Amino acid sequence: MTQPETATRQPAVYLDHAATTPMLPEAIAAMTEQLGRTGNASSLHGSGRAGRKVVEESREAIARALNARPGEIVFTSGGTEADNLALKGIYWARRDEDARRVRILSTVIEHHAVLDSLDWLATHEGAQVELLPVDAAGLLDPDELHRSIERDPESVALVSVMWANNEVGALQPVAEVVAAAHAHGIPVHTDAVQAVGAVPVDFAACGVDALTVTAHKLGGPYGVGALVLRRDLSPTALVHGGGQERQVRSGTLDVPAVAGFAVALEHAVKEQPHHAARLSGLRDDLVRRVRAAVPDARLNGDPSDRLPGNAHVSFPGCEGDSLLMLLDQRGIECSTGSACSAGVPQPSHVLLAMGRDEADARSSLRFSLGRTTTPADVDALAEAIGPVVERARAAAR
Amino acid sequence: MKVVAAMSGGVDSAVAAARAVDAGHEVTGVHLALARTRATHRTGSRGCCTIEDAGDARRAADVLGIPFYVWDLSERFHDEVVEDFTREYEAGRTPNPCLRCNERIKFSAVLDRALALGYDAVATGHYARLRPGPAGEVELHRAVDPGKDQSYVLGVLTQEQLAHSLFPLGDTAKPEVRAEAAARGLLVADKPDSHDICFIADGDTAGWLRQRLGPASGSFVDVTTGDVVGSHEGAYRFTVGQRRGLRLGTPAADGNPRYVLGIEPVSGTVTVGPRAALAVDRVEGSRPRWTGAAPTASMAGTVQLRAHGAAHRAVVTVEDDRVSIELLDPAEGVAAGQAAVVYDGTRVVGSCTISTASRATPADTASRATPAGTASRATPAGTASRATPVDAARSSAS
Repeated sequence: MTQPETATRQPAVYLDHAATTPMLPEAIAAMTEQLGRTGNASSLHGSGRAGRKVVEESREAIARALNARPGEIVFTSGGTEADNLALKGIYWARRDEDARRVRILSTVIEHHAVLDSLDWLATHEGAQVELLPVDAAGLLDPDELHRSIERDPESVALVSVMWANNEVGALQPVAEVVAAAHAHGIPVHTDAVQAVGAVPVDFAACGVDALTVTAHKLGGPYGVGALVLRRDLSPTALVHGGGQERQVRSGTLDVPAVAGFAVALEHAVKEQPHHAARLSGLRDDLVRRVRAAVPDARLNGDPSDRLPGNAHVSFPGCEGDSLLMLLDQRGIECSTGSACSAGVPQPSHVLLAMGRDEADARSSLRFSLGRTTTPADVDALAEAIGPVVERARAAAR
Repeated sequence: MKVVAAMSGGVDSAVAAARAVDAGHEVTGVHLALARTRATHRTGSRGCCTIEDAGDARRAADVLGIPFYVWDLSERFHDEVVEDFTREYEAGRTPNPCLRCNERIKFSAVLDRALALGYDAVATGHYARLRPGPAGEVELHRAVDPGKDQSYVLGVLTQEQLAHSLFPLGDTAKPEVRAEAAARGLLVADKPDSHDICFIADGDTAGWLRQRLGPASGSFVDVTTGDVVGSHEGAYRFTVGQRRGLRLGTPAADGNPRYVLGIEPVSGTVTVGPRAALAVDRVEGSRPRWTGAAPTASMAGTVQLRAHGAAHRAVVTVEDDRVSIELLDPAEGVAAGQAAVVYDGTRVVGSCTISTASRATPADTASRATPAGTASRATPAGTASRATPVDAARSSAS
């Protein structure tokens, strides 16, 4: 009899950095230091001032790294809250200014934090949501957006287009989106959760009005993120209370988490060029070797115009969840890349939007590489994937 | 061995998985997503298809320290169990969806997938025992707890399926299983047992069928007089042996209550009559499934005709795919579509699907209730009585 898996399990080959990535040791140190301290950043006494100082220095560091102004950083509990605040808050504020503004333009491949918020706005707040299609590589055609805006610019409350897709890694044409929207003074939100630290993100230069970022995707802690928000935009608040964060987002600030977030983000942005070059090299090697082991494996999305650490691959004739389970047994951790409902992987809405059928969409795995990924991780996958695919194919028959 | 433990989110399958771990197997917990609408989140934990149940199963796997996955079998479950259930009712028969699920899903689709993925066996929380037989085969026996015994719903399993099955709870009484769950720190220890058909959320089988089959009015006919004594909105709402809720316009001549005796799906005629007329002593079955070698000649044993029903002494004769069962004591409320499971002592020999049930020997009260000239009142397929849906599903999956 073999020992229970927990007893024999080797250290994992972790290829799911797009889900979350290990914390940077410096961020752990910064956070740990603050965990031992007392001081509500809103208090007026010495302890409060000390907490406040950490928060504001963190805010300044994040602003510097993203080329934003400190006052444009609104801390939230993470990416989902930032997306909710941007979409609902800006929609309400814009519609209150002009009741004609009920259209929200976005894409079919957004993260569920965006899609489900939009769905809620459509159901409960009368929003007319238009989800624009993407091409076979997962890219929005900016002309589609342009046409959609021009049909009736006065009625558009906002535009939201993600910077980089979380499943297939497709980098969206943010500059063109901004140009099309700003021609009519329409604000633009972008979910840049997967982008910051992976590709260059310059808030001031890119022109977007609101940008979502979260800490745990770039080496910081869970439970903290930010909406980077131009000063001239005043979204309606979702969370009411003590008026922290520009009266837009109330709640006592999590000083240790904010400190860890800032250290991680500064580091991620500084290292980004080196990190991207290293990861894309590893990623290309991974794709090449997976294809060598499984000749009919198919890379989804554009081969080069994608997040450096993203490889999203379809394995015809396999169930993605069988593959995931078999790799997990061998200590290799990845993702089917799509949303789960009660633990059941759903066919990816992103792949379906790219024109793939349901079986094809269910046969995919996302391997996402990060700061701690080594060539040995790629070796382990390259060695395992052939037999695993063979077995999963047998199980699907 | 490498074992897949099917974990419903209930206490039985959690303890079964724990025991498989203790036995030294390499266990992976698998929850089967069977409901098509996965948003279903009913309270009360009566079924095995809710998000809450999936969460309970996941948490139990965490406590046991075993990997856990959800396998989506909702399409197959819908096609092979739910659709079959509806079709069978439509045809006037009473299906047992739990047997069907064991035959087609748990010990077929799941087992096949587990074997293909490199596992050796599937463990479930069913109350039944496996024992080595004289020729090295695996025998399926009743559980030691007669109140919980679920060998009936496993009577469809073949030798090949049994050889890859584990039932770690068969030698334990239910209260001990709950105590063991509590001692192991499994929070499902005091979760109520499931009793209903898992895919009918509110337990209203008649309403569920009405939605799918629509209204289908028909008449009640008194078997004694041949008179029409009332009308109804759908024959599928009635079950053989049912007395309440018939709302018959005309009282019986003898003033005694009348029971549903049979259902004719095409005409929608529901036959009613005195209780004595429910008794049958001849059962014909088709589609036999044997746990080992099929009986070669007539065998004396016992037969169980519904989940948690009594064991009737019987003589069973097998001829090709036809099984003839002579009951030594008459049984009441025998439904076409239900399974007849044949036992030799505690050992399950096999099962068949009941096609007809009839009365061969005249009985004092029953013969008086039978129209003259029908010494043998064979009930054609589709009119044999229908047991209550709750009975049909009582041994719900573990």
